[in-house]
Amino acid sequence: MSRTILRTEQLKAFYVLDLFGTQKVIKAVNGVDLDIGENEVYGIAGESGCGKSTLLKALVGAIEPPLRLIGGRVLYQMVGEEVDISSLDPEEKRRLRWEYVSYVPQGSMSVLNPVLKLKETFRDFIESHVSGKTGKEAFEIAREHIVRLGLPPQILNAYPHQLSGGMRQRVTIALAALLKPPLMIADEPTTALDVVVQRGVVQLLKDIQRTLENTIVLVTHDMGVQANIADRIGIMYAGKIVEEAPTGQIFGEPLHPYTCYLIDSLPHFGDKATRTSVPGSPPSLSNPPDGCPFHPRCPQALDLCTEQMPDLKYVDHSHKVACWLVGD
Amino acid sequence: MEELLQVDRLTKIFSLGSMISRIRITAADNVSFSIRPAEIFALAGESGCGKTTTARMILGFEEPTSGTILYRGQKIARNEKVWFTRGIQAIFQDPFGTFNPLRTVDRYFFETLRNYKLAGSTKEAVGLIDQKLRAVGLAYDEFSGKYPGEFSGGQLQRISIARALLTNPTLLIADEPVSMVDASLRMSIVNLFKQLKEELGVSVLYITHDLATAYYVSDRIAIMFRGHMVEMGSVEKVLMDPKHPYTRLLRESIPEADPTRCWRGTVRLTDIEQEEYLKQGCRFAGRCPMVMDICKQQVPADLNVDGVLVRCHLYTSQVDSR
Repeated sequence: MSRTILRTEQLKAFYVLDLFGTQKVIKAVNGVDLDIGENEVYGIAGESGCGKSTLLKALVGAIEPPLRLIGGRVLYQMVGEEVDISSLDPEEKRRLRWEYVSYVPQGSMSVLNPVLKLKETFRDFIESHVSGKTGKEAFEIAREHIVRLGLPPQILNAYPHQLSGGMRQRVTIALAALLKPPLMIADEPTTALDVVVQRGVVQLLKDIQRTLENTIVLVTHDMGVQANIADRIGIMYAGKIVEEAPTGQIFGEPLHPYTCYLIDSLPHFGDKATRTSVPGSPPSLSNPPDGCPFHPRCPQALDLCTEQMPDLKYVDHSHKVACWLVGD
Repeated sequence: MEELLQVDRLTKIFSLGSMISRIRITAADNVSFSIRPAEIFALAGESGCGKTTTARMILGFEEPTSGTILYRGQKIARNEKVWFTRGIQAIFQDPFGTFNPLRTVDRYFFETLRNYKLAGSTKEAVGLIDQKLRAVGLAYDEFSGKYPGEFSGGQLQRISIARALLTNPTLLIADEPVSMVDASLRMSIVNLFKQLKEELGVSVLYITHDLATAYYVSDRIAIMFRGHMVEMGSVEKVLMDPKHPYTRLLRESIPEADPTRCWRGTVRLTDIEQEEYLKQGCRFAGRCPMVMDICKQQVPADLNVDGVLVRCHLYTSQVDSR
């Protein structure tokens, strides 16, 4: 594998809520170890409420109450040394974001300022991160960037509401790639878009990754999108990564029962055979079941599963699974 | 066979803008289709293609500009709303938006029973509700007295289906019922429609942009584009052997969950949607890889190619020469 760019060690981020004197703890990210390399697309998949978005928040250091960092570290590889994001002061964090790591949030509709033309938005970003640029120079940078990504330059003179949803999403991605960050994080960038537009957005992400040779962390529950773009996929369930492998292996030989369900439930063309979805409903993160959180829904659960959480261990050099059924 | 619902040349025009610069958007343009008893009919297309407008007109939320809707061969008059809504029930996209978060979900069930005068006593009502909940895989005990926030999205969507079933409808209009539900639970909702069709003989108008589930569950499908119906026929024929260039594009763009079969080639997207609505001729002409001169001037007529209804100039000569 290539050099590591982002690493987490037993990352734990919980929402701590005070409800009428009783404390409620939502264990959204519960001991996650990630190791993401340079020049790869790392996909994170899982159902809603499994902690995907919270994990991303913790990765970029956007931890604000009620979310609290309980334990573990997020380490960025920057100019030869490892930097713990929680040790940075606000100004350093501000510099880190957008220049080193950029974030494409969920729901592009509400990201862009509705009362500013897009060129103003672009200028804002450029002026706050690149020093010594006049308005005109900033506009020129934005124009070049937009053209390079194959979007029509006229959109810079438009307001967000004048663009279609897909175009708005692509503009948001263009903004995230503006300063050529080595790491881009995208949270459900194609949800709520229809298939043709979705394909256009994925195409743009792929193009950017290929030209900048940077790393993209892509969160989406759509396994079809993951199959098309990701190099490696981590499957998240109830705040934990339960399986991690290169894309081919995840789809070809999934090992965790949850991953098997996720992949078997996808409908295929030319095959009308009945497909079943994962039985039961997602676990509550405030009161997760003991042992492996999947055991109440797992058809092959053992007694051991109800007592102890299995570790995420390697089954071969690139494939990791957390399940008692796998391995020895 | 008697048609359950017949939609004939339904058109809806929305006027936008001020008095001076008024533009007219044709959200649905001469949409015609029919639904047979115990059939799942899918209406598919990208966002803004007029699927939801069509559904809203059938449900009577929107007054059509022209065209007729016949339910069991009868036109729906204003004063017969009760008879009509008893037969046709709706399921909406966002299960969290369907229910008031401050009301317990069972109150919706009792309200429906009261509005349609379906139960004489509370005991009878509870029995009916329990029966319908069982049909969707839930039980009355785990449901009564709870607020919408206590259920997951998939469960709430099942509850809204159970509520729709209370009146023993013959047709369910499901507007994007799975797009807000998790991928892992999506199949359970779609399987439920299949089961309702087979066991209770309920027809479903399944509105979606997810062609993979549409293929999986439906019998016939209609593809819409910018207010026009471009292709309609059995799901096998339309999706496995698409005729219209737009259907082909849609079919190719579905992400296959198979890393060995990634997308090839690039797609062209529209930059500004309004232009496509205001186009003369075929709305897809601006993006069509096989565009001809005639496409930009004339709206293609309905053609019957191999049992499938297609609206495309590519097939005009074929049909003529036969």
